Amino acid sequence: MKHVLAVLVENKSGVLTRVAGLFSRRGFNIDNITVGETVTPGISRMTITVEGDEMVVEQVMKQLNKLINVLKVSNLSLEPAVMRELMLIKVRAESQTRGDIQQIVETFRGKVVDVSLDSMIVEVTGNEDKLEAIKLLLQSYGIREIVRTGKIALLRGSKITREA
Amino acid sequence: MKLKGAAMITAVLEKEQVDLVFGYPGGAVLSLYDQLYRCKLKHILVRHEQGAVHAADGYARVSGKTGVVFATSGPGATNLVTGIATAYMDSVPLVLITGQVATRLIGTDSFQEADITGITLPITKHNYLIKDVQELPDALSEAFFIASTGRPGPVLVDIPKDIFELEDQFDYTHRREIPGYKPTIEGHSGQIQRAVKAINAAKRPVIFAGGGVIIAGASAELTELAERGRIPVVLSLMALGAFPGNSPLFLGMPGMHGTVSANYSISEADLIIAAGVRFDDRVTGQLESFARKAQIIHIDIDPAEIGKNVAIDIPIVGDVKKVLQGILKRLQPGVTEDWLKKVEEWRQGNPLCSEKQTSEGGMKPQFVIREIDRLTPDNAIICTDVGQHQMWTAQHYCFRLPRTFLSSGGLGTMGYGFPASLGATLASPQKTVFCIAGDGSFQMNIQELATAVAYNLNIKVAIINNGCLGMVRQWQELFYGGRYSHTSIQGGPDFVKVAEAYGALGLRVSAPSEVAGAIEQALAIEGPVVIDFLVDAGENVYPMVAPNRPISEIIMGSGKR
Ligand SMILES: Cc1ncc(C[n+]2csc(CCOP(=O)(O)OP(=O)(O)O)c2C)c(N)n1
Repeated sequence: MKHVLAVLVENKSGVLTRVAGLFSRRGFNIDNITVGETVTPGISRMTITVEGDEMVVEQVMKQLNKLINVLKVSNLSLEPAVMRELMLIKVRAESQTRGDIQQIVETFRGKVVDVSLDSMIVEVTGNEDKLEAIKLLLQSYGIREIVRTGKIALLRGSKITREA
Repeated sequence: MKLKGAAMITAVLEKEQVDLVFGYPGGAVLSLYDQLYRCKLKHILVRHEQGAVHAADGYARVSGKTGVVFATSGPGATNLVTGIATAYMDSVPLVLITGQVATRLIGTDSFQEADITGITLPITKHNYLIKDVQELPDALSEAFFIASTGRPGPVLVDIPKDIFELEDQFDYTHRREIPGYKPTIEGHSGQIQRAVKAINAAKRPVIFAGGGVIIAGASAELTELAERGRIPVVLSLMALGAFPGNSPLFLGMPGMHGTVSANYSISEADLIIAAGVRFDDRVTGQLESFARKAQIIHIDIDPAEIGKNVAIDIPIVGDVKKVLQGILKRLQPGVTEDWLKKVEEWRQGNPLCSEKQTSEGGMKPQFVIREIDRLTPDNAIICTDVGQHQMWTAQHYCFRLPRTFLSSGGLGTMGYGFPASLGATLASPQKTVFCIAGDGSFQMNIQELATAVAYNLNIKVAIINNGCLGMVRQWQELFYGGRYSHTSIQGGPDFVKVAEAYGALGLRVSAPSEVAGAIEQALAIEGPVVIDFLVDAGENVYPMVAPNRPISEIIMGSGKR
């Protein structure tokens, strides 16, 4: 099963290496990882998607907690949470297919953010299923390049994830 | 007060009550050594940086204080790596201060540059690269706090050359509050209550204690638990000495070279009280069959150890001493006489080898170790290297007190024992210190004989000389059809002459009748002595459990199972 972890870290040099190194060293599989600032200066938030059973995820969380620069680790998969990822797709598009593609993009509430003679860049946000679905549909037109931000997540409701 | 970086370091060491450092100078730490020249801090000049870390490690294990090491950038720093990894695996508190190339040169592959914080990331509890002299006092203070608290471990502080010379305000505060670092000390009272209930109800309990008991200073509590509960005790390699080896409740070490009674007891127990252990594979053997009939209570200060290898029924995170005290408050006297009788039968039925000689007349290494045990006081400190001699020491030397047995348990570092013994004798100069070494291992840090002689350190080295890399040879004999690929090191140096060349006394012993005399002679001399014990080359360590087999599947010396 996939687990989404929110990891609050002190924004010190090397902290990403410490976290990423821990995963490779202990043989844990990271699906993806994102990092960004929080409302508190000096504290960043990593969102890490990790594959594994409960035992594995428990170990991952305990090992992360042992890192001095890690302030808080929580598993967002255990509670209702909003999860999103942003994807940019450069898809082959000639004049005769542009309309069809446009329609698909609208259905997925995406946006066309760039157009050239033979291609378009499409922007979509959503959960993993949605992104996979549009990717599949656009494949038939010829996908030339994809870039994804990795997953980010927030707990639903008024509850927040903050440093201990 | 304004101080230069180098002076800040010695000032912090003074505040942290460090009276001794081990090190080796070089270009990047010239300013630091210049500062040493002017202050009264005692510095031991080793002959290889690896020796400095092991010595600081030995000092820490004996004294319970944090060991401190200085080294230069590049090769000086990389030479520390094996020693740091050794200390990390065995949870030994160290602070390592390395020089780095000047700030403006970092990242340019400049002369003697190595990314030592990157290299040591997975083998330190934490590390720092100082970018500004302002950060230095707090970083050093945090380093001491982190190294010595919770589950101890090595912390490295890498300091660029220019920072030693830069001046800044120095107002020292002991950093004892670090946002992301809050070890759990008190055990959960509900869990402690559950543990007490389980212990009071157990019919076949076993205590399995590890190095955490020694680190926590919990030997008295452990002994009380065993005696009041009438519970037999097995100790991991790291815990030898945490419980008196001559107690009738002591069964020895479990695992690969454990005793039959220890392994059978764990396999038949209905309750394991595991304290300060991490269920290493050398102890558990095949995991699925480990302690199958038992509930397991696991007490450890490191939450990540709980449930890492073995599923736990009653986990208790906390300081072992505190948790055991909590358990003892409510523990009833145990009634386990039937179980103890069974355990005693296993013990009586499977004694360890007790001969002096092989049938061909070769001297038995186990006999040499038993003689060292007989002739040294109870509080003697024994350091070992890694190999057969290490296991024989664990089996045949009767450790009675904590912090008297020093060995590289987790990493299994050949070359650990001798430099560690330098640190041991510096921590406890009044005690007898013996290093029991292999002829292979001793050669990995033999250069420290110069250090031992230079400071006239009172260390006795007993080389268990079998002319081979014995432990590897044993595996080749048992598991690789006797194909002895590159494990003979015969014709190696004449250790007596080597000792003499360094200015130490060298003795050679080839017959059992000479063993006691040589040990007594060595003990009578103040200063380093090397005794070369020529022992039978074919001797193997038994009992043995093959790797990844159930620990109840024991190979005995005679070949029977
Ligand atoms: C640095 C290092 N290199 C290799 C090994 C693998 N190894 C484990 S035991 C051993 C043989 C040790 O030989 P010796 O020191 O003579 O001790 P003996 O087993 O003969 O008692 C070796 C090579 C190790 N543990 N450490």
